[in-house]
Amino acid sequence: MYYKTRGYQLFTILNYCILVIAGLLCILPIIHILAISFSASAPANAHLVGLWPVDFNIESYTKTLNNPNFLRAFFISVGRTVLGTFMTMSVITLAAYSLSKDSSVLKSRNIYAWYFVFTMLFTGGMIPLYMVVRNLHLMDTIWALVLPGAVQVFNMILLMNFFKATPKELEEAALIDGAGHFTVLFRVYLPLAMASIATLSLFSVVGSWNAWFDGLLYINNYRNYPLATFLQTVIVSQDFSKLTANPRDLLNISQRTVKAAQIFIGMLPVLLIYPFLQRFFVKGIVLGAIKE
Amino acid sequence: MNVKGTLVSRPWLKGFLKRTWPLHVMLIPAVVLQFIFGYLPLGGLVIAFKDFKPYDGIWGSKWVGLEHFRFMFEYPDSKKVIVNTVLIAGLKIILNVIVPFTFALLLNEVRRNSVKRTVQTLVYLPYFISWVFLGGILTDMLSADGMINSVLQNWFGIEPILFLASGNWFRFIVVVTDVWQQFGYGTIVYLAALAGVNPSLYEAAEVDGANRWRQTLSVTIPSLVPIIIVVATLAIGNILNAGFDQIFNMYNPLVYDKGDIIDTFVYRTGILNGQYSFATAVGVFKSLVGFLLIVVGYRVAYKLADYKIF
Repeated sequence: MYYKTRGYQLFTILNYCILVIAGLLCILPIIHILAISFSASAPANAHLVGLWPVDFNIESYTKTLNNPNFLRAFFISVGRTVLGTFMTMSVITLAAYSLSKDSSVLKSRNIYAWYFVFTMLFTGGMIPLYMVVRNLHLMDTIWALVLPGAVQVFNMILLMNFFKATPKELEEAALIDGAGHFTVLFRVYLPLAMASIATLSLFSVVGSWNAWFDGLLYINNYRNYPLATFLQTVIVSQDFSKLTANPRDLLNISQRTVKAAQIFIGMLPVLLIYPFLQRFFVKGIVLGAIKE
Repeated sequence: MNVKGTLVSRPWLKGFLKRTWPLHVMLIPAVVLQFIFGYLPLGGLVIAFKDFKPYDGIWGSKWVGLEHFRFMFEYPDSKKVIVNTVLIAGLKIILNVIVPFTFALLLNEVRRNSVKRTVQTLVYLPYFISWVFLGGILTDMLSADGMINSVLQNWFGIEPILFLASGNWFRFIVVVTDVWQQFGYGTIVYLAALAGVNPSLYEAAEVDGANRWRQTLSVTIPSLVPIIIVVATLAIGNILNAGFDQIFNMYNPLVYDKGDIIDTFVYRTGILNGQYSFATAVGVFKSLVGFLLIVVGYRVAYKLADYKIF
């Protein structure tokens, strides 16, 4: 009964302190930015805001939500996230189903598997990929944001492992009843793999929403930027030349409260999805990884 | 020969058409996309050996052999960039093994499930937020009159520190904030492994009179050594990936000297200055080293911890 000793009780108190501090360190920056976004701009610009808003108001949010550039970028991000997640999930589900078969059923299975795994180990890098996208005339279209990352090999392997764990008898019974492989996939495998599909979809949603560099590379016209790229140029690079020629807009953008509001709205979808994601991923992902 | 043809190849064809064609059809979208965006760029690697001019196209440009690679090793900035990359990535790899491991051990001692779950929820959070947003928040907090400096000044009387404008501080901040973003997620792996340790080992240790500290040293840590080896060796494949997203969103020309890494350097020379061939040569070098290290790391993980991917 080690946990009744004085030394262990002392450790427990210390341990709780460390854990609480670590937890706070991870959440405080977000609370800080939230406090700035709800403050009046004078105290915010003077760096007087800590973790609580000073002179509470929502002006920065009304400004942000009335900014047509911000709204357009927001909806482009929504579009690419929906389209990208749908594409990725359909492509990797179909492929993972085929790869989950034994090589006695699908003779070329291992050739396909290596075909995909090789690109995890060796890639062309930024510039050759950029040239391929440009030569396909995908520049400045939403397809440049969706297609290059559509085949997520790692997620495909996870899904394949889930499919492999599905009892073979179910499939055999369906095949004897005259079902084809498409029916087996959609009526037998998919319903059983919903937890895994949900986890991977949520990861894909978060990944597409957060992606910013592909926008910077493949989109030349700032009007087609997704939100993360738009905010990258406004907040981090502060490259106002790409934004607008209207000096009044420049004035708004340079305000700290408006920046904070933009950052917060940008993070909001992930913050909202996160609780659902977390409930799933401890089970969904770790099981998938341990199964091997 | 004719007999063999009719006996062997036709049933195969029949079987193929009857049974497996849907499987091949299902693979088509992934195969095609992977060919276009995974394999075509590999063909584009030839421009590392050419003097690529966009106007002449890949085939029209002159061959220059290993010229760009030679230039890469002679160019004074390259050495600096490689040193920065290896130093920053190396520190990140070491700390990203130690910190999540320690944190998992601490979290494992918590018996109250509500506390455990709340702490986990909080520390996983930064992992899911883009460096664009984190970079925006952190650069603001770390500025000369930002929140961190005002706390340091008001509570400890320390003069403002230019965290993101001086090279050494920048390196330090990059490593610390990366660990801050990642450790919650890394903790999951070790927590899963801790749940798998055989409880009878602890009982036996307790009968032998081992206190909790002794149990941790003699049971918990030895049980986790294989998973630590796997995580650490596989991470070494990333020694040339020091974190493009993070550094790109936090750096500025003042700290190029100590904070510029291979990927940010390739972006600036390659995409912004249009030196496609040179930047691709640097990319090839990086890919090759990464590939070799992954193969070596995988071998080591297999030898020491009996780890297999497939």
